[in-house]
Amino acid sequence: MLVIGEKLSIIAKRVREAMMKKDMGPIQEIATNQWKQGAGMIDANIGPAEDGGEELMQWMVTTIQEVVPLPLCLDTTNAKAIEAGLKVHNNEWGRPLINSTSNDPERFPILELAAKYDSQVIGLTVGKGGLPADAEERAAIAAEIMARAMEYGVPLEDLYLDPLVLQVATSQDHAVKVIKTIRMFQELNDPPMKTVVGLSNISNGCPKLLRPILNKYYLALLIYEGLTAAIADAHEVVETAKTIDVIMGNTLYAHSYLEM
Amino acid sequence: MAFVAPKETYSGKVFEVAIGTGKTVAFGGENVLPFSAFEGNVPNRPVVAYEIQDIPPDDWPETVRKVYEGVSGDPVTWAKHCQDRLGAKAVALRLLGTHPDRNNRSPEEAAKIVKDVLAAINIPLIVLGSNNVDKDSLVLVAVSGAAQGRNCIIGKAQEANYKTIAAAAMANNHKLIAMSELDINLSKQLNILITQMGFDKEKLITDPMCSALGYGMEYTYSVMERIRLAALTQNDTTMQPPMLGDVGMYVWKVKETQALEADLPKWGSLEERGIAWETATAGGLLIAGAELLIMRHPAAVKAVEKFIDELM
Repeated sequence: MLVIGEKLSIIAKRVREAMMKKDMGPIQEIATNQWKQGAGMIDANIGPAEDGGEELMQWMVTTIQEVVPLPLCLDTTNAKAIEAGLKVHNNEWGRPLINSTSNDPERFPILELAAKYDSQVIGLTVGKGGLPADAEERAAIAAEIMARAMEYGVPLEDLYLDPLVLQVATSQDHAVKVIKTIRMFQELNDPPMKTVVGLSNISNGCPKLLRPILNKYYLALLIYEGLTAAIADAHEVVETAKTIDVIMGNTLYAHSYLEM
Repeated sequence: MAFVAPKETYSGKVFEVAIGTGKTVAFGGENVLPFSAFEGNVPNRPVVAYEIQDIPPDDWPETVRKVYEGVSGDPVTWAKHCQDRLGAKAVALRLLGTHPDRNNRSPEEAAKIVKDVLAAINIPLIVLGSNNVDKDSLVLVAVSGAAQGRNCIIGKAQEANYKTIAAAAMANNHKLIAMSELDINLSKQLNILITQMGFDKEKLITDPMCSALGYGMEYTYSVMERIRLAALTQNDTTMQPPMLGDVGMYVWKVKETQALEADLPKWGSLEERGIAWETATAGGLLIAGAELLIMRHPAAVKAVEKFIDELM
């Protein structure tokens, strides 16, 4: 399973301050840590970035890739900032991933960018009309996004479907619905569709001590259902990912498997 | 429509190991299952080393003892015989005389024997202990130093003694055999432990423990096959060292290589039977993925080389 290192988000105070001051140190340190802990991609979340988003995304992409040989997940609602990031992304380390498009017509231009820059893209299964009620509704929206992707020339193997993880503290019934959705998404195509979640959403609003526990157990269940990728803190989930890989037979067991 | 053979591609690759300093030899390096060059790259053929001992082979069966008559009394003569007369590509010197229950030779005596053998041959040397874990950790340390600069293979490091042996092999720039007892997970664990000491994983040779045809060879076969699949399909770097089949010592102690024709006339010629047993065991393990074999009978080695010729 692919871990997309999530610690570089504008929501975090230290990261926000580094972004404002264009201080490369903390950004590179966090990115390097995520890489060393097993992340296969780094999420660069600059938020809505309405002012100076293009320049900020380019700065993030070049700053991170200067020290970490990984592709990036470009995370913003600002399409121009995404395009600016794609222009400077070093594809030598792998193809980028755009976060995200959805079934909202305002988000369709993102698919155009994915096709133009040969990027992968996340399709968040929400539409214009609010949150999906259950797994079936998520799958129906997914099918529409898939049709749209093909229309824009984005191959389905470059599309990661995101069922939208909700907070267990406020929407408990959705936790299991999302698990079910991961299975349903895969059945929408042959070869199976790729799937991704923003993992830490599950524990959003929960006490700090509980968050890693909720994140890790939830991830285990999602991987079992076939999850392809998770935007998560690599440091927090590396043990879970390696252990599930052993249990599922993807890695050969040895007593020191966690150290590898 | 013409038939197109389906081809597998693999994400991993076996490490290539080169040994010796004069006439060197390399094995491993392939990125496909054994003898499947049509799917990828097989840069080297498996290597067969001739087994010799520091003491006369009194416990070898007559069939294989007699072919070394006149040379096996002295390891230097024996090694030269393998190189010059038999065309050996490598020699494996087993220091059986160091075993406390045999001659209990000291590490210093063993080191001198290794030095003398190395001075007499130009082909690569594999130096094996007596498989006494305590004594081996002393003997193989001394031997590593004596063979410094000759790029030998030292073995065998096991769970109980790997630290001193691996450290000595590392300090003297040798390759190292890591042996575990027919358990793929323990084999991986031992390779991890050795590399965690700082030993280069590309200088390791995995010995999952050999066994003879009819005496558990299917276990060795299965472990080897699974190791190779983990190396290639899961790109598991801890399982990517080449593998050793220490065939001779297991084959030449089973009943089929020793029972007299007078006692078991239906089994046919004892000599042919023994050679066939070593050939069949070696051939099977090559198919399972072994890249390095240690064998005894020249006729069996010849048959295995022909087998390799036909499969390469």
